[in-house]
Amino acid sequence: MIARHLVLGVAVLLAIALSMSFYVWRMRGRVDRAEFSATNTLPVAPPVSGSTEQINLYVAYDDAGALRPKLTRIPLPAGRQERAAELLHALLSLYLDKFSPHPLGAGSEIRDVYMVDPGLAVIDLNAAFADTHRSGVLVEDLTIASLIETLAANIPGIARVKILVDGKERETLAGHADLSNFYEVSAITQLVSELQTQ
Amino acid sequence: MRWSKSAPRTFVAPASSRRSRGSPVPPLLAFTIAILLASTLLLSGAPEEKHISVYSNAANYSLPVLERNLTEYVGLLEIFEPLGVVSAKLNGTHWKFRYYEVESDFTAGSTHARIRGIDVELPSVFLLENGRGLVPLSSLSTLLPRILGGPVTFNPPARRLLIGNVAVHFTAQVSKTTPPKLVMNFTAPVNPTIAAEPGRLRMVFSREALVAPGSQALTFDSKIIPSASFQESNGAAELIINSTLPLMASFSNDGRTITVEPPPQAAATPPALPPPAPASSTPAAVSSSVGATPPVPSIPRRYFAVIDPSHGGEERGAAVTDQIAEKDVTLALGRRLRQELDTRGLSTLLLRDGDSTLSLDQRASLTNSAHPAIYICVHAASQGMGVRVYTALVPLAAENRGPFLGWDAAQSSFQLVSRAAGTSVAKQLQSKQISVRSLIAPLRPLNNVTTAAIAIEVAPPSDDVSQLNSPAYQQLVAAAVAAGVADARDKLEAGR
Repeated sequence: MIARHLVLGVAVLLAIALSMSFYVWRMRGRVDRAEFSATNTLPVAPPVSGSTEQINLYVAYDDAGALRPKLTRIPLPAGRQERAAELLHALLSLYLDKFSPHPLGAGSEIRDVYMVDPGLAVIDLNAAFADTHRSGVLVEDLTIASLIETLAANIPGIARVKILVDGKERETLAGHADLSNFYEVSAITQLVSELQTQ
Repeated sequence: MRWSKSAPRTFVAPASSRRSRGSPVPPLLAFTIAILLASTLLLSGAPEEKHISVYSNAANYSLPVLERNLTEYVGLLEIFEPLGVVSAKLNGTHWKFRYYEVESDFTAGSTHARIRGIDVELPSVFLLENGRGLVPLSSLSTLLPRILGGPVTFNPPARRLLIGNVAVHFTAQVSKTTPPKLVMNFTAPVNPTIAAEPGRLRMVFSREALVAPGSQALTFDSKIIPSASFQESNGAAELIINSTLPLMASFSNDGRTITVEPPPQAAATPPALPPPAPASSTPAAVSSSVGATPPVPSIPRRYFAVIDPSHGGEERGAAVTDQIAEKDVTLALGRRLRQELDTRGLSTLLLRDGDSTLSLDQRASLTNSAHPAIYICVHAASQGMGVRVYTALVPLAAENRGPFLGWDAAQSSFQLVSRAAGTSVAKQLQSKQISVRSLIAPLRPLNNVTTAAIAIEVAPPSDDVSQLNSPAYQQLVAAAVAAGVADARDKLEAGR
């Protein structure tokens, strides 16, 4: 005859082992999901919930060497900084699309956008954005003008823009467009008007 | 334009403030003088930041030097990080440092250290700041050979540290030609920052482990280039070439040779002539003086155009095709353009006539020293068709203050004449049935140039990208650009 306390002890240990197995199985699933999101280099998609707003994206078209406005609707958060980030993510998703009019390299991403008062926006690109960007005066100008004009057209009050790569200043985007200075939005608007006429 | 060091300042009290010993200075006046002196000292700027430059086969880099208790210190981990695998561990007051398999032990506040199990005495105490180990700068010549196990050359006053056999040597010789040329041959490619100053050309080598020749003062048997001097300070080597005429430097042999010579027009001027006064250094000033009774000495002739074939050397530019690099197309186009301008009687300087590396600042400095009427930067691209003509998009932050031009806004006063030149070039290209667009672009060094400045980006004439390398197409573009520049000659001369 097995002692009653031994039976109880074995039952408790069995219950603990089963619950630990279940816990480990759950944790493993979470790690898999976290690893997927860490290696996924695609830009974060705009939030799908909430009401959408009409925005004007300034899209570069390589075939025509032109920049054209494109009206679209996306959900936008309330804060200026978050709105700026969502705008550029929406623009980038166009450029990373299979049928992109102005293809960017795989892994190109906007790391962050900082709104610094008064009137300064700082766009931080990731290294892949600059490293895989095609080299050329016009093709680089189109990217710069597209990013800056999209921000300025949809977020009032931006007068200057600084572009960083991986949080650091870089001399050029891909050998041509200057990134060492601050961009004046009014000058970019002049460039955009020239890029709209072929 | 870069700031240069100001001359040492001395302060002399105004005559009205000098009083005899018998009459003490009134407190209000003394207070005012004290405030003025304090303000002057504050406004005179912070002292120059100290650096140490490290040259090795793995990397060349510069680190800040910290001053603690009147002694210069440097972070030991930062010194070794670019050289290999390093780690550091803090154990109480002991800081254990590991470089590959070599272990060292330093104690905060102590001059005693152990490297490879052998005791070492430091000239000053070891410091720990937020877990960061600082060693006296003067101890590097003792510590580094023991940790690295190889030869190290350290020049403490100049703060230049050479690890291994990395020294770059050079020879300098003045040719007997007219005008004389100073030819400097280096044992490795160099890329100094060059600044033309009255009576001398200054080259600063901060990225190269350039070491002194036999003597720090070099003398040459030339009246135009009589001497040069070599000096080292704050992590950089400096070569100053003295001359009685303005000098220009050009690179060849993949950056291993620098040739310094007066521009041909400057050399044509007798060296005995005094340099023209600043007010008479522009054609406008000269023509306004012509009507006046005293004759004005003729100013030295200058290059009319400077052509800058973009990229070069290690910087290939865009890959036009798998086989064609942008730097090769721009050089070929640049040479054709020079020939076309020369045939139109427009003297031309080609900034790069070989596969040499020039920084954007160097391109702008060389151009500004030559005082041309126009600067033409040549680019090439596989995207699109025809030729795009660019003028500068001058950045906002760069402001010109009084007589001083901000480096990044140096072009701002010349934008109108640049656009006029761009329009003239575009018109000629159109007349040759070449597709053309005129745009502004944030493209350096256009904004750093103090004369009319345009850039041309030449794309193929059709979908066939290889046509970009076609001699016939390049000749057609070069001839059209040269014709456009020649058409704008009067405006360019007026805007000079």
